[in-house]
This record gives sequence, structure tokens and C-alpha cells, in this order.
Amino acid sequence: MLDFSSVSKKFGISTALDNISFTISSGEFVFLVGPSGAGKTTILKLIINDMVPTSGKITFDGKDITKLHSSQTPYLRRKIGMIFQDFKVLNDRTILENVSVALEILGKKKSEIISQSLKVLKLVGLGNKADFFPAQLSAGELQRVAIARAVIGNPKMLLADEPTGNLDPKTGWDILKLLSSINKKGTTIIMATHNADIVNSMDKRVIKLSAGKMIKDVKKGKYN
Amino acid sequence: MSGFTIALRYVKRSPYQALAAISIMTLTFFVAGLIFLVGLTSSTILTYFESRPQITAFFSDNKTTEQIADLQNKLQSTGKVSMIKYISKEEALQIYKDQNAQDPILLEMVTADILPASIEVSATDAKDLSFLADILDTEEGVEDVVYQKDVIDSLISWTSAIRTIGLMLFVFLAVVSLLIILTVTGIRIALRKEEIEILRLVGASGWYIKSPFLMEGMIYGVLGGFISWIVIYILILYATPFLKPIFTGLPITLPPPLIIMLLFLLGNSLGGGLLGVIGSFIAVKRYLK
Repeated sequence: MLDFSSVSKKFGISTALDNISFTISSGEFVFLVGPSGAGKTTILKLIINDMVPTSGKITFDGKDITKLHSSQTPYLRRKIGMIFQDFKVLNDRTILENVSVALEILGKKKSEIISQSLKVLKLVGLGNKADFFPAQLSAGELQRVAIARAVIGNPKMLLADEPTGNLDPKTGWDILKLLSSINKKGTTIIMATHNADIVNSMDKRVIKLSAGKMIKDVKKGKYN
Repeated sequence: MSGFTIALRYVKRSPYQALAAISIMTLTFFVAGLIFLVGLTSSTILTYFESRPQITAFFSDNKTTEQIADLQNKLQSTGKVSMIKYISKEEALQIYKDQNAQDPILLEMVTADILPASIEVSATDAKDLSFLADILDTEEGVEDVVYQKDVIDSLISWTSAIRTIGLMLFVFLAVVSLLIILTVTGIRIALRKEEIEILRLVGASGWYIKSPFLMEGMIYGVLGGFISWIVIYILILYATPFLKPIFTGLPITLPPPLIIMLLFLLGNSLGGGLLGVIGSFIAVKRYLK
């Protein structure tokens, strides 16, 4: 499904990623671990074509995304949901509007958008807060909104960049359970984190990075 | 939400910026509307004068019909004449009788002998009137040459001056409008930087992101064009009682027919919308990369 082949990314003289290669199959749950600046976010940004590699090839769903024209990037991103540490919700829109925007961009009918958005909000446990604004929600609830928005379009892959970074341990676990249930339904998940407890308890594939180099890729790995 | 709905939301959320943009658009299209109306009126009046016998030359009694025919040929050969009509003494009497049918005392005192024969000359272009008048003035046997030189000369110079100044003012205001729309849209884009980033990340197309800004510019322009049309229409209705006597005898209908005003509204709104879209398009190109 996703293939990194000798991918390097340089910013001027500094190297963010150095000759990275890995393949992720459909339905996998993969942790990207490593200290800050290791290159985890750079990998996620390369996958959504937010930046292009300096060298190497990235294939998603059989297509070389490094050669993708900028006008095709939105279509790639519709196949890949993404959630962030800082949630990235639209503060002047209700929770329902925040989630439905992912369907609006696909040009779906209004009635379909509303019914599907309410359904997904219910799935993430926010069915009763559809008309709330982000300011009225807790951090954990905001992350659920972001997850709802990321999965509503049935993406093939979900990228999570430190999704528990701003949450207390209990809420972090709740979010992880939610991601795990999404993964069980068939969505591939790549989660960048430095939360060792979560990684160690999940027993999933772990790709470890350090200073832009891949130092470990274990099928059922631990943080260290 | 459609691009239009989002654009309306932007307008509502920053009413002062919206007011500034709509005001300048209104002013621009108010000036454009006035230029249009002045241009339309003046060209109607000029066409009217151009289509009428504009020079009348009266002959002394000793001028023979052959000499008059020669004069007519001489005038035709200039290529600047659209029509020449000869009016004999008898025809002049008939015209006199028609004009004074209500006053029999005046009719009793006049016979064909005391009225001069004449020719009425229409120019293809009003600017050539003085040239034709000079030919008639220097012709032997022509007693008097009457034409509306002053009216037409001042009409041409006023119309030309109003058009020039008006167009310069319009161009200036259009540029200012464009800059204001560009600035307002630029501020909007800067304020919504985070939202734009999020929309891009969830896979929104370029058009989905840009269309609200283009629609917003269009809304300002169309509203400006519409409001200026209302102001001008009210001014015309208010001024109609004062203007009617001035235009008596001229083919000017006051207030203008509804169809003309509706076409004027269409032009103003389309022009406004276009200017608004151009302004916001430049801003989108400049600030949304």
C-alpha cells in the first residue's frame, strides 16, 4: 500500500531523512517512534505530499506520489486521513460543521453530509455535542472531532501525528482504543509518537528513527 | 457550505471591511452610471440635431431656381451633406399658415411674396456645420443663414469634457476599488490562514478554498453596482420635474423607460461583479499559493 524507497529529505545543509526504505501493507498499525527531530513528522508530510523528497521514491496505492502534480494532491489527501497533536479544528464552526467539511469538499448532498456526520460523531462518542463549538469541548473531545473528520470519508490510511501528545494518560488511552477499533475495520494507521507506554502495550509494528535514519523496523516491537 | 454561503459569512463577520469595499464600489459605479446617462442623453440629443435640417439659408427674391440648384450641387459635392431640401415661397407660406393656424390676424397680413425661398441643409456630422454655413454665407443672393451652431458646439464641447473627466474619474475610482478589494481579500486570507491550511490537509481542492474569496469580491461589486443604480434612479425621479422643461422638444423620455433602467442595472451589477472578482482574484493569486 505504501512504499518508501531510499527516501531522503534535506533542508539546506541539514538532513531530515537519510535513505529511508520501508513498506506498509493494507490494514497494518505502525508506530513511528523516535525523539523530537528524528524525522517522524517529515515522513507523514511526505506521505500527504505536503513536501517532496530530495531523492528516492514514495509509492502509495501503486502511484508514485513524488511525481504527483500539485492539482492532484487534494485527491491523494482524500484517501489519507490525518490527525494532529494540536487537533487543527476550525474554531468558528460547530463540531458538526468541522466533521462535515470533509464530505463537503467531496461535493456530497447536504442531507447525506449531515446524516453521515452525525453517525460518525456518534461513533466517536460526540453524538450529543454536534452543535457545540470547539471552545466548549475538552482536549480529548477535540481529538475525537479530528478523528471523526479524518475517518468520515473512509480513507484507506490514517496518519496520526502525536495524537495523544496534548492529552492526559486516560484520555490518551481512550483515543488509542478508538484508533485501534478503526484499524480493526481495515484502515491502515501510521502513528507518530514518543509515548513509550502506548507503544509497548500495543504490540504492533514499530519503526524507530533517530536523526533522520531508520534504526529499527520490528513487526511486534517495543519503544526501545 | 457552498463558497457563496462561506463568503456571506465572511461579509457578516467583518462588517466594517465589507462596508468600506461596498462604499467604494458604490461610488465608482455611481460615477460610471452618471457617465453612461450623460453619454446616452448627449448622443441622443446630438443624433436628433444631426438628423434635422440644421442650416437654413434664405434667398433674396432675385436668386433664380437654377442658381439655387447649382448651389445645391456645390453643397452635395462636399460630401458632408446628408440631405438638402428646397422650400419655395409657396411652401414657406404653407408652413407659416400651419404654424399660425390659431391666429387668423397673422395669416391675413402675409402673402407668399414677402416670404423668402430657402434651403434646409443637414450635415452628416455636426462638426461640419460651420464649414457648410461658410459656403452659404459667401454665396451671392443668400440673405441670411440660420443654424444652431452655438447649441451644437457647446453640446459637443460639454459632452466631450464630461466624458473625458468622467472617464478619468471612473478609471481612478475603479483602480482604488480594485486596490481596496485586493486589500480586504488579502486581510481575509491572512486571518484565515489556519483554516486554509486545515482545508488543504483534509483534501479540499483549490477551487473550494479560493471560491469564497472570489465570491466575496463579487458580492461587494454586485452590491456596489446595485446600490449606485438605486441612488441614480432616485436622483432621476427627483430631478424629472426640473429636467423636463429643459428637454422639451427633444427625444428624451423622463423618467427613462423601465427597460433602459433594467439594462442599466444589469450593466452596473455585471461591471461591479467583474471588478470585484478581478480584485479578489489578484489577491488570491498573490496571497494564496
